[in-house]
Amino acid sequence: MNNLPLNGLVVLEFSQYLSGPSAGLRLADLGARVIKIERPKGGDAGRRLAIKNLWLGDDSLLFHTINRNKESFTADLKNAEDVAIVKELISKADVAIHNFRPGIMEKIGLGYDVVQQINPRIVYGEISGYGKTGPWKNKPGQDLLLQAVAGLTYTTGNEGDAPVPFGLSIADTLCGAQLVQGVLAALIRRQKTNKGALIEISLMESLLDFQFELLTTYFNSNQDVKRSGISNGNPLLGAPYGIYETANGYIAIAMMDIHTLAGVIECDELFNYTKEHAFINRDDIKSILTDYLKQFNTDHWLIKLQAHDLWAMEVLDWNMMLESEAYKVLQMEQVLKLDSGKSVTTTRCPIRINGQKLVSSKAAPSLGQHNKEVYADFIN
Amino acid sequence: MKLLQDIVVIDFSQFLSGPSAALRLADMGAQVIKIEKPGTGDICRHLYVSDVMIEGESTIFHAINRNKKSYAADLKNEEDIEKIKILLKKADVVLHNFRPGVMQRLGLDYETVKAINPQIIYAEVSGYGNEGPWKDLPGQDLLLQAASGVTWLSNSSNKNPTPMGVAVVDILAGTHIAQGILACLYKRGITGEGALVQVSMFESILDFQFEVLTCYYNDGKQLPVRSAVNGANAYIAAPYGIYKTEDGYLALAMGDIVKLAQLLSCKELEQYSDSAEWFDKRDEIKAVLVDLLITNTTSHWLSILEPADIWCARVLGYKELMNEEAYQALNMEIVVKTSNGLSITTTRCPIRVDGKTFSSDKGAPMLGEHNEEIDEQFGLKKEVAMAHSS
Repeated sequence: MNNLPLNGLVVLEFSQYLSGPSAGLRLADLGARVIKIERPKGGDAGRRLAIKNLWLGDDSLLFHTINRNKESFTADLKNAEDVAIVKELISKADVAIHNFRPGIMEKIGLGYDVVQQINPRIVYGEISGYGKTGPWKNKPGQDLLLQAVAGLTYTTGNEGDAPVPFGLSIADTLCGAQLVQGVLAALIRRQKTNKGALIEISLMESLLDFQFELLTTYFNSNQDVKRSGISNGNPLLGAPYGIYETANGYIAIAMMDIHTLAGVIECDELFNYTKEHAFINRDDIKSILTDYLKQFNTDHWLIKLQAHDLWAMEVLDWNMMLESEAYKVLQMEQVLKLDSGKSVTTTRCPIRINGQKLVSSKAAPSLGQHNKEVYADFIN
Repeated sequence: MKLLQDIVVIDFSQFLSGPSAALRLADMGAQVIKIEKPGTGDICRHLYVSDVMIEGESTIFHAINRNKKSYAADLKNEEDIEKIKILLKKADVVLHNFRPGVMQRLGLDYETVKAINPQIIYAEVSGYGNEGPWKDLPGQDLLLQAASGVTWLSNSSNKNPTPMGVAVVDILAGTHIAQGILACLYKRGITGEGALVQVSMFESILDFQFEVLTCYYNDGKQLPVRSAVNGANAYIAAPYGIYKTEDGYLALAMGDIVKLAQLLSCKELEQYSDSAEWFDKRDEIKAVLVDLLITNTTSHWLSILEPADIWCARVLGYKELMNEEAYQALNMEIVVKTSNGLSITTTRCPIRVDGKTFSSDKGAPMLGEHNEEIDEQFGLKKEVAMAHSS
């Protein structure tokens, strides 16, 4: 697609796995030229990291998912000649992002101080696990471990259960997304000042920011966050907020007045509870609902609730979701064309600009695929 | 100079998705003006959680809306709409998260606003987009989690579908709309043109699942199967999960089972020497670890595993976390003050610029607190009067 907002920008991505590369992907989808700088031997370690043992040639499907719409340039950052070439790239780039552990880029000679000297206009973005100071700075920035230490696992699942992590890499995803925000805002400032910036973010800060509602409530009440014992949906919220089993599936019920709910589903027992009980007695209320809602199918309840504008939804799995008209009209899927002739279906960027969906059929690069082009375009 | 110095954001949004995006823009230097309904304002002002209130308003409202201004305006009143339109003429960004059609009815749809100010970035967050059978359904976090399949990814297989316990859809949609706004502001700096930016919560929560959805699209549409034992990620092999110890919980990420067997002197684990089995037999392997790890303390296991570079961590609640030096070193907490003298501790923006964190001690505004100031700053009363006299 032409005329994307970041057309003309050059981004160097010294990143591996998910956090940094997901930021690179978003910048690419918004129109930037994103060049992965990879080790000649093996490249991004994400190339060898597969889920469900799915591969496309030498690289995992997972790598293809995260690194589509990018180019690959190989450089051995332990070799002085290669570092000199990378420095030439840096002198012509707009953005450089990395997610190495603290000190690595400095050791290579590509820390911000050096890079800024080479190119004062560059926006230099870095992701760490726990920041650059403090006793955890050298710990691995791994998503599950971050969730574990950041208190997040006590938000999900029911009270009485063990702590339950989010089943997706939330720290990596948020951190990558926030790095994009910082980088773009710095590029906006650069239009006025002609100066670059250093943008830093850690997975830990991202997860704390993510929990800002919970933390602010905690700071100002000194009450521990407590999951509800039944159908916990969000530890801050009272009944009926949660997911309930029905006769043929599951239904999600969000916040609503208990008496209104009682009337709509004709559950007399619930009339014993008012607004004042919604939080304090949430498990009593939820326990009544748990037994009551099992009597009929999801549709039975959903029709009643939605007719009264009460907030409820059927719990879908992906098969059911793909069947829904609402999913189909989104056109969230796009097809990538591989050089091998194979094609891969993946999701597109979630942002629309001027009514246009941002799609790109450009598949992830093989290791060093764009060495010649990048060399020709940037190296004198 | 702040990153978004001199950028004016007119924010019609309520609850969390839009307001969280506006908060990020405010922290990066933009002037964010909340347009609120006189009398009630952002519904979030009265969304009490955990029965915790600060001066009659909800704690979460204060967390989400610090560092912003409030301008009370009745969008059904002609004079107020006139003022808003003058404000929009001078603004850089407008943001809303009304259901589809509402801004049209108010006469503030993109085409109208663009005619007033062709340079404006007009951003909207919806629940399910502007078309399709679900477009008028409420864009509510739990319901979006339910609709998107994401509830089948957390917890163990014997548990009900489990929502993530933080409003993840709102936060991601807010993050994405902020990205779109910033990208378009960048482009405007070159071309002088405004833009329409749209994100739906549905697209945002699908994007969050992009790795596993891509797997599903390409593996013959196999649904995720959560691990039966200590489920943590449906797609990752043993030992990935959280384990109960004698005195708490231990998180174990990806790791070599053979190495674990040696370090933990666990004979039973030794039989799983083929790494290909670590996924298929994950529940067997994890069951062995469950029985073993309960027999000693978290510190004991950490003292064996951490020096060997096994990816592991003690599972912490907020209280324990805040006792950690590593937490304190981040200086994540800030105290903000409201105009009526209230002090509230909350978290700061996670992004550092040029080595510095953003720190604004400006608390959330009272409803309509800045009407006079905004009238003055943007000459709203004067311009309305002039329009009527001419």
